[in-house]
Amino acid sequence: MRSLVLCSSMLHVIFVCSTELTFELPDNDKQCFYEELESGVKFDIDFQVIAGGNYDVDCFVTDPINNVLYQERKKQYDSFSHTTTMKGTYKVCFSNEFSTFSHKTVYLDFRAGEERPLLPDMNRDTALTQMESACLSTHEILKVVSDSQTWYRLREAHDRIRAEDLHERVSFWSMGETLVLFIVSVGQVVVLRSLFSDKKGSVAAST
Amino acid sequence: MMLTVPHAGIIILFAWLSPCNALYFHIGETEKKCFIEEIPDETMVIGKYRTQLWDKQTGSFLPATPGLGMHVEIKDPDTKIILSRQYGSDGRFTFTSHTPGEHQICLHSNSTKMALFAGGKLRVHLDIQVGEHTNNYPEIAAKDKLTELQLRARQLLDQVEQIQKEQNYQRYREERFRMTSESTNQRVLWWSIAQTVILIITGIWQMKHLKSFFEAKKLV
Repeated sequence: MRSLVLCSSMLHVIFVCSTELTFELPDNDKQCFYEELESGVKFDIDFQVIAGGNYDVDCFVTDPINNVLYQERKKQYDSFSHTTTMKGTYKVCFSNEFSTFSHKTVYLDFRAGEERPLLPDMNRDTALTQMESACLSTHEILKVVSDSQTWYRLREAHDRIRAEDLHERVSFWSMGETLVLFIVSVGQVVVLRSLFSDKKGSVAAST
Repeated sequence: MMLTVPHAGIIILFAWLSPCNALYFHIGETEKKCFIEEIPDETMVIGKYRTQLWDKQTGSFLPATPGLGMHVEIKDPDTKIILSRQYGSDGRFTFTSHTPGEHQICLHSNSTKMALFAGGKLRVHLDIQVGEHTNNYPEIAAKDKLTELQLRARQLLDQVEQIQKEQNYQRYREERFRMTSESTNQRVLWWSIAQTVILIITGIWQMKHLKSFFEAKKLV
């Protein structure tokens, strides 16, 4: 009996792959990620631009026969969900080709398939006891909490980077402005003096 | 249902053998790909990668290539290197963070035979797991002899612990953000005052200087 359970559990090798990656996209660059999926698998893509320029990026998703499933230009964050209709390699690409000098930091969350059960033989279709279903619902809720923590962490990183940028810019701009102030005021006096020196010379010449 | 050790052993074996097709990307010969992981402290991170080289003769990617290696470099938030090692064409690296913040994981290939690449690209399958996702539950169940229910409770405990660490980290980040904002506020205030004072001083200096200049030139 046990060996039968083990054998049947080995046949259920459709496990989930969930990958979260944060990477830097240099200017004028494109970065693609590929995933091989079976047919009838539901996958979710979440992406967010955390730092750089106008905080936007181009994104497109294609299926194995190069149909475009999702295409957006200059998006700051978005979510995309799709159930595959064919087996093959699916591609997610991010492009920063519209930007000439700002490199972007992009967060990508790619989730495909069902969640891997704790133990390989836990996927049996028998009814769960009350304790087990309580554990399962708590687990699902904690996953939602964890996801919203990630969301807040990313928004906070985005805002913090903007605030740090502002902090630096205030210093440089203030110093620059003070310098310009000095140059302009001294320049005004020098130009005015030079105007009157010439006039004095021409007045003396005419008398 | 109590898991006996031999059954658990078989389950662990097959759990490891089951293929998980991780996300893959292409990397050039001298290209360095870096990924950022923003994590709280005392968090374990396990990264697994698998490389495949493009074979011109067969026109496809080879399953494995000897002599091909990847150099993995991991930096902590203070840009101090905490791991810098060479791995083979398949590798598994793990580290535990001791300071909260942005850790950087960089990979670049260092093939011993340069001719292997010959303008081709390398396909890298990467899987990075953070925090409670690094726990191998079948192994924990076998080691501590836990029932299914106890294992589920253990999973919930791990999740809650990770949530708590993340909250502590959030408090630390908020403090940093607040300090930056307050510092900007101070700077704007002081620079405005300073610039107004400088403006007034230069105005007065200009007028005094020009007055003495015109008096010297006998124009007033």
